[in-house]
Amino acid sequence: MSALQKTPLLEVQHLTMRFGGLVAIDDVSFAANNREITAIIGPNGAGKTTLFNCLTGFYKPTVGCLKLTRDNEDYLLERMPGHDITKHARVARTFQNIRLFSRMTVLENLLVAQHNKLQRASAFTLAGLLGLPAYKHVEQSAVDLARFWLDRINLTARADFEAGNLPYGDQRRLEIARAMCTEPALLCLDEPAAGLNPRESAALNDLLLDIREEIGIGILLIEHDMSVVMRISDHVVVLDYGRKIADGEPEAVRNDPEVIKAYLGEEDTEELPDVIKQDVEAAAKEEN
Amino acid sequence: MAVETQVSSSEENGRPALDWQAIGRELFFTALVAFGLTFVLVGMQTADRGGELIIIPRFTDVVYAIVMLTLGRFGYIMLRYRRASFVLIASLAAFGLSFVLPFPSLFLETMCMVGGLLIALMAVVTLIRHRPGIDMRERDRAMDRAAARFQELSRFIGPILVVFAIILPFLPFMDRQYIDIATLLLMYIMLGWGLNIIVGLAGLLDLGYVAFYAIGAYSYALLAVSFDLSFWVCLPLAGVLAALGGYLLGFPVLRLRGDYFAIVTLGFGEIVRIILLNWYQFTGGPDGIGGIPRPSFFGIAEFLPASRDGITFAELFGIDFDPMHRLIFLYFLILALALLVNMVSLRLRKLPLGRAWEALREDDIASQSLGINRTNIKLAAFTISAAFGGFAGSFFATRQGFISPESFTFLESAIILAIVVLGGMGSQLGVVIATILLIGLPEVFRELEQYRMLAFGAGMVLIMLWRPRGLLAHRDPSILLHGRKGPGADRIEAEQKAAEATR
Amino acid sequence: MEYFVQQLINGLTLGSIYGLIAIGYTMVYGIIGMINFAHGDIYMIGAFVGIIGFIVMAILGITWIPLALLLVLVMAIVFTSVYGWTVERIAYRPLRGSQRLAPLISALGMSIFLQNYVQLLQGARVKPMQPMISGGLQLMDGGVGGFTVGMSYMQIIIILLTVVLMAAFTLLITKTALGRMQRACEQDKLMAALVGVNVDRTISLAFVMGAALAAVAGVMVTLYYGVIDFYIGFLAGLKAFTAAVLGGIGSIAGAMLGGLAIGLIEALWSAYFSVEYKDVAAFSILILVLIFRPSGFLGKPEIEKV
Repeated sequence: MSALQKTPLLEVQHLTMRFGGLVAIDDVSFAANNREITAIIGPNGAGKTTLFNCLTGFYKPTVGCLKLTRDNEDYLLERMPGHDITKHARVARTFQNIRLFSRMTVLENLLVAQHNKLQRASAFTLAGLLGLPAYKHVEQSAVDLARFWLDRINLTARADFEAGNLPYGDQRRLEIARAMCTEPALLCLDEPAAGLNPRESAALNDLLLDIREEIGIGILLIEHDMSVVMRISDHVVVLDYGRKIADGEPEAVRNDPEVIKAYLGEEDTEELPDVIKQDVEAAAKEEN
Repeated sequence: MAVETQVSSSEENGRPALDWQAIGRELFFTALVAFGLTFVLVGMQTADRGGELIIIPRFTDVVYAIVMLTLGRFGYIMLRYRRASFVLIASLAAFGLSFVLPFPSLFLETMCMVGGLLIALMAVVTLIRHRPGIDMRERDRAMDRAAARFQELSRFIGPILVVFAIILPFLPFMDRQYIDIATLLLMYIMLGWGLNIIVGLAGLLDLGYVAFYAIGAYSYALLAVSFDLSFWVCLPLAGVLAALGGYLLGFPVLRLRGDYFAIVTLGFGEIVRIILLNWYQFTGGPDGIGGIPRPSFFGIAEFLPASRDGITFAELFGIDFDPMHRLIFLYFLILALALLVNMVSLRLRKLPLGRAWEALREDDIASQSLGINRTNIKLAAFTISAAFGGFAGSFFATRQGFISPESFTFLESAIILAIVVLGGMGSQLGVVIATILLIGLPEVFRELEQYRMLAFGAGMVLIMLWRPRGLLAHRDPSILLHGRKGPGADRIEAEQKAAEATR
Repeated sequence: MEYFVQQLINGLTLGSIYGLIAIGYTMVYGIIGMINFAHGDIYMIGAFVGIIGFIVMAILGITWIPLALLLVLVMAIVFTSVYGWTVERIAYRPLRGSQRLAPLISALGMSIFLQNYVQLLQGARVKPMQPMISGGLQLMDGGVGGFTVGMSYMQIIIILLTVVLMAAFTLLITKTALGRMQRACEQDKLMAALVGVNVDRTISLAFVMGAALAAVAGVMVTLYYGVIDFYIGFLAGLKAFTAAVLGGIGSIAGAMLGGLAIGLIEALWSAYFSVEYKDVAAFSILILVLIFRPSGFLGKPEIEKV
């Protein structure tokens, strides 16, 4: 496989997720490529996080197929238990409201991410209990991988701090590093730039571009900050009320009338009660 | 309601002015509550006279109790108004008076003494710090720092304690009673360490740990009595059986979360006890199992004055027979078992399994997203912990020589859990300290038989109020990138400062 | 058939008592999310205040049973409520907002304390009481050699009183300002405080109301069984908690329903299988329900929040 080749990585087909009567995702299909950043955008409640939860096995989709292709092998994510999705299909994720192991140190967080590798090396604890050298060796390599990512996110000096005591921006980056330590094929990021200041946000963009170029994996990105989306994504999928309303290059999506409508809610006024509608119109006139 | 009066802004000599109306209201309310608490249960004692209940009035006690509680509250309020020197003198006077006044009962007299001293202590703290009490958060942080220092020292304290435990039985003042207490303490320490894996590391609230303890004890007793197997064969078997019990229980219930999990384990503990109580043919029911064989000296020699087949311990070493030999041997046996549990736990913490436990405790959803199979990891915690409980159980059976369901009540589970939580969840040294406080102190005060459990319950509440996260709540990292001398050498303080800055 | 109906009646009576205690658990759990382990002992204190109350009535010469019963109930409710309030104030309020296990341990400590407190003050021996209300109705006559279904007046009183209290309590929670505050605090304590609800007082009231209902249950048990001791709180509390979980914790109707279910299971199991293992049956069913329907009968199913 050539280094620059973009191969299909994830294929979402006819995904539907219902909670009782509520349809959170309604027949959504799209594809994401390797070595690409695919942004998923949409107003609040559009079903973006639900999509992630289906992908990472926290929800079982009502209908639909989620196919991940890695090393010429297909994985049907909707049929796998949650932990196997990370272990075998190699999908890693971060969470909208950061979920670090806050009383464990930064380094420990990164080692927990390499649990399956280490567990095998410790012969499911037995070899580790006896302190065999083979395990020590693997543990050292795990620490090295952690250190690699710590260097990337500038947290090496604070490696022995409790994760919960880090500043907010550091916690966001640590969560991404932790996901990367699982050595994923697909990285799903749920609003990684939320709450970051402009400088941190720029650093995050660089980090994501580096992951795409150097590690060469696919990234799925939920983001509200359109400047981030436009700057780094290769491909944008727009959801609204659980349906896909646009899919394509960032430029094309930006000018799509459907998308503009969803974001600005042009025709929403028509659904308002008459009294309020008149008020809104009067206000609009005054402004003019 | 107990009005937490905002100290008014008008101050005299830097102290807030007394608002007598508010104080009066608060005192009246305190007296009312004190009346409600004492009037019926203290004031009217029921006694059985020929099958009929009569009441023996004890209203003097009620008056004393109300007056004492109200005065105590008054002292507390005065401290809020920073009249500390006055309170100090008054509370010391109350302490002195408690020796003179004709109290209707020893209990009230003790309460007066203890209460007077407590308030005096609070007054001293106020005098020193120029404000009432210490802020909860501030105290917590100070305690955290002290606990962290202590944990750092535990690398030295640990070995010192082990050496002390080894020479302990040979110290001149050790008699039969002290060896017994030390053995009992070690049993609870071992149980605490065993439960610490489930509760402290994996963060699962197990209220039925005593079930595994019971399975271990009965496995040993039944195997030894029915099949005449020796202790050294039964010990591992009992552990395996208890682990099996843990596995079988764990399999269905580990999906449950939080308090549901707690209540199911509690139910399991009760089920085991009820079965032991009622399966008469098998377990002897409430009569229990007696004549459980005592352990031999590793199968080589017996701890008996004379042996029918084989040699005795005294003969083996050419010394005179002494019943203490067996007690000391049992002491070392439990010491070895406890240290084994400790070593395994400490090792496990540094392995992927142990880190996964702690990760689950911190956030089980994030753990799953990292590819950790939650059920398997919890099951491992449950099984290992159950095995340790089983070991402790078989030791208990061989030490007592007699077991019955009465030894495996919920109270036992509660005590072990209290040891783990009071010690600071996950802290090995914390378990030792909590055991000494909770089991050791009451043992020392055995003469005050009736007040023992009362003080035990009150102590549990007080320690939790004083230090909700447990005595040694500081968590020691399982691995350090920079070692103990690296940029994070003074991690705790640096972190606290960093954390302050972010807030 | 007749035998079955009789067991049904016995089960309902027992279930009413469990249900009354279970409400205390479910309310406290709903509002502060903790298991109030001392609640069973509050019920035990209710029973003790009740038995003392009956002797006091005899001494005062109040022999008309309805009046005596009413006075004793009021007395038990008042004095037991003070205990409910004090337990919350001392052992739980300072720990609000600390780690989850801290209030649980202090609750366990409180439970041990209360048991020994009563044992110390009132003695460890079983307290017997002469039956006050005897007789009953015959519902089905099995004829000669058949089984006669009876319902004692005591059972009628217990079931009726429970129904009345439940109705009153449901009204209190759904219709009054007090109930609205309770429900507001259940949803979101911070928000409730912001809109002017006195959260501390509301939580205290939940404990007081729970204690009051437990006191009624305590008095009823004293009359029904005629013996009490300082240890009755543990098992009754455990089963009442089981009932609360079974019904769906946080739901008041669920607590009642769960209580009835536990009472019926216990009565029927004792009648048809074995008395010894009735508690095993109750707990086994609890475990099964939790595994297959963790939210209980009436609780809202919980979706794992990601």
